[in-house]
Amino acid sequence: MNLETVPLTHYLFLSATLFVIGVAGVLVKRNAIVVFMSIEIMLNAVNISLIAFDRYLNLHDGQIFSFMVMCVAAAEVSVGLAIIISLFRNKPTTNLDDFNIMKS
Amino acid sequence: MELLIFYPLAGICILFALGVVINNSPINSAISLIGMMLCLAGVFILQQAHFIAVLQIIIYAGAIMVLFMFVIMLLNLKGKGEDDKWQSRDNNLLLNVLSGLLAAGILYKLISIINEAKFNSPALTSENFGTVREVGTILFTEFVLPFEVASILLLVAMIGAVVLAKSKVD
Repeated sequence: MNLETVPLTHYLFLSATLFVIGVAGVLVKRNAIVVFMSIEIMLNAVNISLIAFDRYLNLHDGQIFSFMVMCVAAAEVSVGLAIIISLFRNKPTTNLDDFNIMKS
Repeated sequence: MELLIFYPLAGICILFALGVVINNSPINSAISLIGMMLCLAGVFILQQAHFIAVLQIIIYAGAIMVLFMFVIMLLNLKGKGEDDKWQSRDNNLLLNVLSGLLAAGILYKLISIINEAKFNSPALTSENFGTVREVGTILFTEFVLPFEVASILLLVAMIGAVVLAKSKVD
């Protein structure tokens, strides 16, 4: 390993920044699909930290865990988009503010 | 070398992620997200996680983004008169400012935590760290049960997606 490697903290900074961008997206956007994309950003940000720690500790467990995160993300997206489609069938919009049928 | 690649890649990655949040039309957000996924695959390769990098491209940039694009286009075709509804109602300035402040607070806290943590020098990685062979060996010996559970999860998700998208809402 050469000396000019990126320190672990910089990977964690990248991870934190992406995670916060995802959080901001979930809070600010009102389009259900874009909210889903922001959740994907957050999951990816977590994957970066997992893999950074993985290499730092010379283990493979983090890679296995990020593989599981990817599985969960795929499952979440497929079910979530199916829910969005069935909501859209009910009411032709994807704006989250228009879906308040659960509110009494 | 790693420094030379990492910082531009991280910068582009953050720009694409911001593009997802800032863009008003979902299709532009989706394209930004694809860019972000590809940059992240580069970051994973830098960290010697080749297997995860390939999976990132196949699963995220391939499957998940195709699904996103498919749904966006499907809904856009149906909702011809709903064009104005596609514009997110992000005009609530107070909400945006509060969300931005909250996000900035979380970022500040995270960065201060990372700065305070004392990390030792990293362990030396072996030559074939993160190759498909290494990861696959561990995946099919030590983590074989979670792997099988993940396959059941994906099966359940697939059935659930079919049922949800197929059912007629009365």
